[in-house]
Amino acid sequence: MSTTRPGQAGPRGGPMAGMFSPPPAKVKDFKTSLNRLLRELGPERKTLSLVLSLITISVVIGSFGPKILGRATNAIFYGFLGRHLPGNLTKAQAIADLRAKGQDNLADMLNKSSVVPGAGIDFSHVAKILLLAIGVYVIASFLMWIQAYLMAGVTQRSVFRLRRLAEEKIGRLPLSYFDTQSRGDLLSRVTNDIDNIANSLQQGLSQILNSLLTIISVLVMMVWISWELALVSLIAIPISIFLSVRIAKRSQREFVAQWDWTGKLNGHVEEMHTGHSLVKVFGRRKSAIDDFGKLNLELRDSSFRAQFISSIIQPTTQLVSNLIYVGIAVLGGYRVATGSMSLGDVQAFIQYSRQFAMPLAQIAGLMNSVQSGVASAERLFEFLDAAEQEPEATDPVSIGRAVGEVRFENVFFSYSAERPLIEGLNLTVEPGETIAIVGPTGAGKTTLVNLIMRFYEVNSGSITLDGIDIRSLSRDDLRRQFGMVLQDTWLFDGTMRENIGFGSQNPTLESVEAAAKAANIDHFMRSLADGYESVVSDDNSTVSNGERQLITIARAFMADPAILILDEATSSVDTRTEVIVQLAMKKLRVGRTSFVIAHRLSTIRDADTILVMDKGKIIEHGRHEELMASKGFYFELYATQFAAALDS
Amino acid sequence: MLVKLLKEFLHPYRYQVSAISILLLIQSIANLYLPNLNADLINNGVAKGDISYIWKIGFVMLASSALVMGASIMLAYLSAKVSMSLGANLRASVFSAVESFSTRELNKFGAPSLITRNTNDVQQVQMVLFMGLTMMLGAPITGIGASIMAVKTNAKLSLLLIVVIPIMSTLIWVLLRRIVPLFRIMQIKIDRINLVLREQLSGIRVIRAFVKTNFEERRFAEASEDLMITTLSVTRTFAVMFPLLMLILNLTSVAVIWFGGKLINSSGMQIGNLIAFLAYIMQILSSVMMAVMMSLMIPRAAASADRIQEVLMAPSSVVETQSPQSPATRTGKIEFRNVEFRYPGAEQPVLSGINFTALPGQFTAIVGSTGSGKSTLINLIPRFIDPTLGEILIDDINIRDQGLESVWENIGLVPQRAFLFGGTVASNIRYGDQNASEDEMWEVLKTAQAKDFVEELSEKLQAPVAQGGTNFSGGQRQRLAIARAIAKRPLIYILDDSFSALDFATDANLRAALEESAKNSTLIVVAQRVSTILNADQIIVLDQGAIVGKGKHRELMNSCLTYREIVLSQLSPEEAA
Repeated sequence: MSTTRPGQAGPRGGPMAGMFSPPPAKVKDFKTSLNRLLRELGPERKTLSLVLSLITISVVIGSFGPKILGRATNAIFYGFLGRHLPGNLTKAQAIADLRAKGQDNLADMLNKSSVVPGAGIDFSHVAKILLLAIGVYVIASFLMWIQAYLMAGVTQRSVFRLRRLAEEKIGRLPLSYFDTQSRGDLLSRVTNDIDNIANSLQQGLSQILNSLLTIISVLVMMVWISWELALVSLIAIPISIFLSVRIAKRSQREFVAQWDWTGKLNGHVEEMHTGHSLVKVFGRRKSAIDDFGKLNLELRDSSFRAQFISSIIQPTTQLVSNLIYVGIAVLGGYRVATGSMSLGDVQAFIQYSRQFAMPLAQIAGLMNSVQSGVASAERLFEFLDAAEQEPEATDPVSIGRAVGEVRFENVFFSYSAERPLIEGLNLTVEPGETIAIVGPTGAGKTTLVNLIMRFYEVNSGSITLDGIDIRSLSRDDLRRQFGMVLQDTWLFDGTMRENIGFGSQNPTLESVEAAAKAANIDHFMRSLADGYESVVSDDNSTVSNGERQLITIARAFMADPAILILDEATSSVDTRTEVIVQLAMKKLRVGRTSFVIAHRLSTIRDADTILVMDKGKIIEHGRHEELMASKGFYFELYATQFAAALDS
Repeated sequence: MLVKLLKEFLHPYRYQVSAISILLLIQSIANLYLPNLNADLINNGVAKGDISYIWKIGFVMLASSALVMGASIMLAYLSAKVSMSLGANLRASVFSAVESFSTRELNKFGAPSLITRNTNDVQQVQMVLFMGLTMMLGAPITGIGASIMAVKTNAKLSLLLIVVIPIMSTLIWVLLRRIVPLFRIMQIKIDRINLVLREQLSGIRVIRAFVKTNFEERRFAEASEDLMITTLSVTRTFAVMFPLLMLILNLTSVAVIWFGGKLINSSGMQIGNLIAFLAYIMQILSSVMMAVMMSLMIPRAAASADRIQEVLMAPSSVVETQSPQSPATRTGKIEFRNVEFRYPGAEQPVLSGINFTALPGQFTAIVGSTGSGKSTLINLIPRFIDPTLGEILIDDINIRDQGLESVWENIGLVPQRAFLFGGTVASNIRYGDQNASEDEMWEVLKTAQAKDFVEELSEKLQAPVAQGGTNFSGGQRQRLAIARAIAKRPLIYILDDSFSALDFATDANLRAALEESAKNSTLIVVAQRVSTILNADQIIVLDQGAIVGKGKHRELMNSCLTYREIVLSQLSPEEAA
């Protein structure tokens, strides 16, 4: 575990975040995705090159540190040696003296040094050297700080831009994308993957450069001090790399297995917890626990292997590094003894060789992180490249408030080519009419809505609004003509006022309250602790289904649209609440063209026209009485729904 | 809580933990010995020019580093074994605890939260334990050992530590104090972005219909910018931290050399000791750093431990009797005697004064608006929850005095949310009857009006079912869930609003077929649709937790106002008559 990885503080929180994230997915096209990711950093080009040069300078300057300290040690050592030699001798005499005593090694060493016999340690000289060292360290650290500071900005701004790109993309994708793609997957591309990219950028880019430069500069320093010793150290590189790669590969496999089992265990737990009561009643508690136990043991064993194997890397490389350490000590000691190297140089060399091992191990780890970041980038780019909805009309017709005549002319549509749904549909709806659409599930009722609102585009034929082809309007202009109330009551995390005001482009406090009154929800609002400023969220349980539905109706009142769409708007509320909701909707329908899709036939009996759909076709249409009289599909539908009631 | 949890669950591994401590000690000593050897090598080998001595010490150095490696590997082995086993034991305990939960505890925690607790939270604890065993525990040992060695090497020079360690610890502490709360804020802001995004995806139709894409983009941009600002503060704090720590380390070396030089000059300290001292001081400082860094993990793991402990400590509100009785004959008769259910501390009970009897061969329907207590009533029968007052009898014996499994054995349940288990159509039906033959399964599917669509599947009975049954439509899921219950041939059927996704024709056919095949069973049906229950033998009308009407459709139309309202809201008056 290294201690100098600022990037570890990624947004996923905690310095250990990496250990809990899934293994990097396979990257399909590493180079292309990496290049594109780097291109996304374009706007940061200047800062980025500044960061890179700062890192370079800082690493280069910093690498002089040990060398300088070595010189200080030398000065001390020679001063120390010199003091022990009699001051009345010259250096040559002292050497000759030593040789005479048979201490040839020491004599050799003295020969190469700058020892002045009799002189002690020259502290003013040492002080100068140390001041230089302090200067070097301070500058290197300062530059490191500046670059990390700048890099944080580069990363976070880039990530912010990526998130904005993704958000804008969401606005441009056709609805079919959301209807067919998994929502969880999409969410994770925009959040987890972007987070992951941030992590890789923050730690990857600068750290890799840092490590590489450190290796190079340290290597240069080592060669400079002694190429023979440098050779010894160099042996360490291939050995360390070979060993760590071998072990890392093996542990990677175990990590994959661990995530695999974690997934399976999660699945089992989720299933057994959601089906909790069924598991009990169907007498499967024991088998649920047994199955869990099996998965649990597999998970335990694979986690153990993954953890153990990956923990071997460090001691192994440590051993290699210690081997080298001994090698350097022996060889260095030998050379100092023979005088071909100074003690300070050996000390410096040892420090360098220590610095050498860490960036090597780091690069191995960083490659993983980069790999995973690029995999995430690839997933994000896939999303950003998804086909967008048809472009808007080049010269859109603009309409004010529509009158509300809607016409389908020979409309063909299908969600997938193999299964045609709507074929040759013709329909005219007069302004102010209420059109009810009934029919079994899958008949294409909601599809009609999708087409009118241009959530989906017709395959052929046309739909017109007040005689204008809706494709020649801008989507926004078209949709402003509509108000929609759906079965799925969508509220967002915001205040009641914001949720009702959502229907209008510029909601005022008065208009919100007026809309709430119209929807019979004003009283409820006032009964809340914070009134209209109470916060709701999409999963809020304090607001009942019926109240939620009324809020969405108020929202439609806010929009004051020419055309209304009520899609199964009451099927999720109980029948007594439904009466209140129906009342509000009736008020809302006044003076507007309305499309009402309903399950319960009792709610649509007063519609101007009832369209009975089956398999994408309108098979009957007319008023309730007419359809009942003709004793066709509608009559049967109605009869089954009320069969029992009619019997009794 | 973390400590308590670890203490309890580490108990079986106490020998391994002792072994780990010993290994850590060996590892630290050997690691500390190395600089000492190096000093020796320089003092007595290099300085005296004794090559053979250098070789000798070199061998000792190699041997000790091999020892370090051996110890480290064994350490990793034992630590991984202990932490992962502890994790597995925790998971097993949590899972068993949840399996014995009543519906109340389950709902209190919520299934998603229980899943997180059993996976992520356990993982946090097991990871922090692993780190703790291999590193955190080692850091103080190394730190103390190195300090002793440093003092032994040169006591005067060690005074430097008294200056450096406080500076360093203060620095780290100040920065961490800034970072830890920022982390929490960051998490909140990440959640916020996720929330906004999730809302946008679920509300995409509404957003587009009301032409609010720009509004949503602004909302997202705000959340995104907010997150960016906080993340920037966090990363920039780290940006200060590491260069500063490195600077302190480096300046300490400078100081060691300066004061060391002075000592060499004045008191004849050996030059090799200076170098050894440098190595010690680096070890001390890096273990201080390590210890502080690691402590960053602890708050998170402690929070996880709390969440795990909550599950383990939660008592199940439904306790099985020690001396179960069983009725002489099983018929499926259910009797509620003055039953009340109230959440602890709640002002109003969910249900109160519930009295009724459901007889075998009868169709008992329960109606009422949302919140009237229908589902609660149903959950009382299989003892998913226990009443706070009164008693429930099956075959004239209080269900509290019967074994849980023997109560469940006789119940065929179809829950409100039709839930299928991952597997195949057949494996789901076999939940009801493990030994059902193919013919029997088709028979059951026919009764449940599911035969047609299962036949259309290319793999028929072996067709795969996704977890939860998500690869089937709502109506198909409901019919398969009903088939599963029928396969059990239970004495008591409980159907909780199980027809809601069916169209009216299928609903009618299914009911007819079910009443035929469950002729002798007690049939309890919660329903929204009036048409479903018109011909029930007994309709129980609930309003705000109390029974406001009991009888047949026609009687209730005359006598029960609430019932009339419910019926009239669905049918026109002439239809209801």
